[in-house]
Amino acid sequence: MKSYALFKKDISSELRTRYAINALAMFIIVTLSIILFSIGNERISSSLTGGLFWVIIFFTSMSGLSRVFVSEEERGTSLTLQLIAAPSTVFSGKLLFNLILVFAMNTVIAILYSALFNTFVLKNFALFLTSFILSNIGLAFASTIIAAIISKAGAKGTLYPVLSFPILLPLILTSVQLTLFAMDGTSFETAKFELAIVGCYDVIIFTVSYLLFDFIWKE
Amino acid sequence: MIEYSLTVESINKTFGRRLIFSGINFKLDSSTIFGISGPNGSGKSTLVKIIANIISPSSGKLVHNLNGTEIKPEKLHNHIGLVSPYLVLYDEFSAYENLNYFSEIRGISFDKEKVDKLLNKFLLYNRKDDLVKTYSSGMKQRLKFIFALMHSPQLIILDEPTSNLDDEGKEVVYELVKKEAEKNIVIIASNEKTDLSLCSETIDLKNYKK
Repeated sequence: MKSYALFKKDISSELRTRYAINALAMFIIVTLSIILFSIGNERISSSLTGGLFWVIIFFTSMSGLSRVFVSEEERGTSLTLQLIAAPSTVFSGKLLFNLILVFAMNTVIAILYSALFNTFVLKNFALFLTSFILSNIGLAFASTIIAAIISKAGAKGTLYPVLSFPILLPLILTSVQLTLFAMDGTSFETAKFELAIVGCYDVIIFTVSYLLFDFIWKE
Repeated sequence: MIEYSLTVESINKTFGRRLIFSGINFKLDSSTIFGISGPNGSGKSTLVKIIANIISPSSGKLVHNLNGTEIKPEKLHNHIGLVSPYLVLYDEFSAYENLNYFSEIRGISFDKEKVDKLLNKFLLYNRKDDLVKTYSSGMKQRLKFIFALMHSPQLIILDEPTSNLDDEGKEVVYELVKKEAEKNIVIIASNEKTDLSLCSETIDLKNYKK
């Protein structure tokens, strides 16, 4: 309940300040427009379409998901949070906020992407949905802990994508592969190894994040 | 009656190679007003943050006891109230919204009667629904006192408590410190002689540099 209260506070704060939502919305529109303009009338292959989909998701995440901790640090309210909540409450509340944000953001990207790109056709939608959910969970877990780490650093804007790249690489590569499987109509049976990788990634990153957060949060 | 005690044993703090202070020892029990003084940069705020469990000491130990039982670090925040210049409340919310969210996040019920009483005491009741960003620095300082006291903590830490306050505000603070010290521990970190005159014991951090 305490984590939910923190989540409620963050949602309410976000709706008033539009700290992350505006950045994310603008980034999605600009990125999709640039890709559309650069492609022109060319017909791109389905494998490239699947890859580009995750490129947009990766960079959009980089532009918005760090805000959950960076905004607290920049405004100086981190100390206030430390005085009212245990580290586990802060982590769970922020994670919940990022989970909702990631799902909302990536659902919008998926809808716009399938509407704008004719080659983005999913033959196995159930596989895409499963991999999409698992990948989004991993993305939210990883982004939240990386945001907590970089919020204490000086060059936050630069550090976030640099630190995220090696941590998110296994997740993004496997997610690209799963999206290609879904576009090819591959069965769950064939894709089970990749699904297991994403599932394991989620469990590992959540466990590591939960264990590390106390040390990151307390100076 | 709730018995709270704070034991500080051989606390040292360094930032990199720079020694802030070393060898600090004291023990405080309920109904005490304790002062921390020292020139600018002597580490008053650092010591306050260590006592409030916001940062860790480089070496040494702090023990917070409630009725003879040590309080776990993850539960400490419910027993501590802090007022300090570096404490920032949420500008985009009103005073009432801030205090309501703080109660919910702490996991305690919002005591409207107590909050209204404190808002009246600190002359903020008529502005309780205004956004904090419209407050003056003095009003924000008053709101920090309400934030620090609304959950009835047993250890109240006041870092430069009278900064930004007018004479009327200072009087309210001094009255409050005396009242809270009847049953709780109050720690005041300041250079103001009037603030420190309330304390029964004071340590000067310039004596802890070796």
